[in-house]
Amino acid sequence: MSGENEETQAAEETSVDEKEVQDKVISPEKAEEAKLKARYPNLGNKPGGSDLLRKRLQKGQKYFDSGDYNMAKAKIKNKQLPTAAPEKAEITGDHIPTPQDLPQRKPSLVASKLAG
Amino acid sequence: MAGPGGGSSDVQWCFSQVKGAIDDDVAEADIISTVEFNHTGELLATGDKGGRVVIFQQEPESKNQPQCRGEYNVYSTFQSHEPEFDYLKSLEIEEKINKIRWLPQKNAAQFLLSTNDKTIKLWKISERDKRPEGYNLKEEDGRYRDPNTVTSLRVPVFRPMDLMVEASPRRVFANAHTYHINSISVNSDCETYLSADDLRINLWHLEITDRSFNIVDIKPANMEELTEVITAAEFHPNQCNTFVYSSSKGTIRMCDMRASALCDKHAKLFEEPEDPNNRSFFSEIISSISDVKFSHSGRYMMTRDYLSVKIWDLNMETRPVETYQVHEYLRSKLCSLYENDCIFDKFECCWNGNDSVVMTGSYNNFFRMFDRGYRQDMTLEASRENSKPRSVLKPRKVSTGGKRKKDEISVDSLDFNKKILHTAWHPLDNIIAVATTNNLYIFQEKLN
Repeated sequence: MSGENEETQAAEETSVDEKEVQDKVISPEKAEEAKLKARYPNLGNKPGGSDLLRKRLQKGQKYFDSGDYNMAKAKIKNKQLPTAAPEKAEITGDHIPTPQDLPQRKPSLVASKLAG
Repeated sequence: MAGPGGGSSDVQWCFSQVKGAIDDDVAEADIISTVEFNHTGELLATGDKGGRVVIFQQEPESKNQPQCRGEYNVYSTFQSHEPEFDYLKSLEIEEKINKIRWLPQKNAAQFLLSTNDKTIKLWKISERDKRPEGYNLKEEDGRYRDPNTVTSLRVPVFRPMDLMVEASPRRVFANAHTYHINSISVNSDCETYLSADDLRINLWHLEITDRSFNIVDIKPANMEELTEVITAAEFHPNQCNTFVYSSSKGTIRMCDMRASALCDKHAKLFEEPEDPNNRSFFSEIISSISDVKFSHSGRYMMTRDYLSVKIWDLNMETRPVETYQVHEYLRSKLCSLYENDCIFDKFECCWNGNDSVVMTGSYNNFFRMFDRGYRQDMTLEASRENSKPRSVLKPRKVSTGGKRKKDEISVDSLDFNKKILHTAWHPLDNIIAVATTNNLYIFQEKLN
């Protein structure tokens, strides 16, 4: 009886080993994931999670808020106030755009080149 | 020899036309964002990032050149959407045309729906080829005549004039979407249509602009719990009560509007089980469905995710009946594709007229066709180098192994900025429209 158990155990261990080897060999995705984690160690483990989706919903349109802009200008002039812990910056965008940063919002008055 | 839309093994594709500027410096406004044939294939519409629509019309076949089907020439062009500003949220609303859908023709005029992120518009495109002349109280240039100078009366008549094609906005369907509209779909009843954004789907009546019905709402009470968004939606081609919507998690839900007013509970859920051992950081991202299209027959639907095209039998929810790899060689490049955001590219897909072949785009201006019957696939390229009139397109190949054969291109040489996201197939004939970044290519089947 015990002999059989040992055999089964050995067989299970081998199959686990095989699977690990198989994982390393046949999963290019996992290899790519390892590469990514090496480059960005702070990357969260939930790629499809709400952060990514909420960023997607915002679609990253830059906007100009004169209140934020003037506050930021004032902050730079005076010494930096002790900053609070960095918020989840996903929602409000990376930085406060200046009027120069904003793309022009002219409508296309030129005809499409497909019609040329 | 297979008939129209027959197996790709018999069909040879030839260059027919290319529209757009040649220069490499692409203005953002010129980026093509949607391509759509109308129901007869006579008209081909494109929308761009600048909010403009260009419609091409096929010339009638000439007796001189029976080998060619007619060419497509500009029929009408107009500014559909303009940039707007949402003052309340301090957000810019892009004028980019996300989708164009044609209405089936009912009278002399043509109608299409075009949408940007927030607003859908119904456009009427009509022809004018005669004008009234000989008014009694108006001069020919439009100035009014003094009635006292009129000494005799005449009957105004219609006289022929040069064809003028006019586009006018007939309806504006606004303010119904908090999030960005990704799909519109006209119902087979030709009275209603749906519009879908990331979290909600609304049902409209084509005649009524001041209200719409919300039929799907997947917004969680707490946005922190958000796990998936709606990526595409479409009405069934002949069952007016049925529609499907796809998600960023790779699922498709089919809903029946007869069951309840709010279709949050699906009638069918199509999902391919995933092998948990193969799960990686990228699994969910590449499983996100970028397009869903019913077959013309209404028996099947096709979905496009980042690496593959899947055909589903509507009677089987457990797994697709066919899976075609579009560019499997990219699986070992996912890290860089994530870094340069290409992994989020939304490719569309389309059926040919008799549902025997499906087509989708890839990178390097390559596009792929899969013949379902002959189980063959083909890779073709849309480039100015292969643009001699009626020249047959040579199939392309990407080399995946170590040894690269002559005429093959290696994965590392692919240009990931040259993406073909939008393609369309003529509903009846073997004519296809393929959009590169700013050019529209039209290819036709070689006719002997």
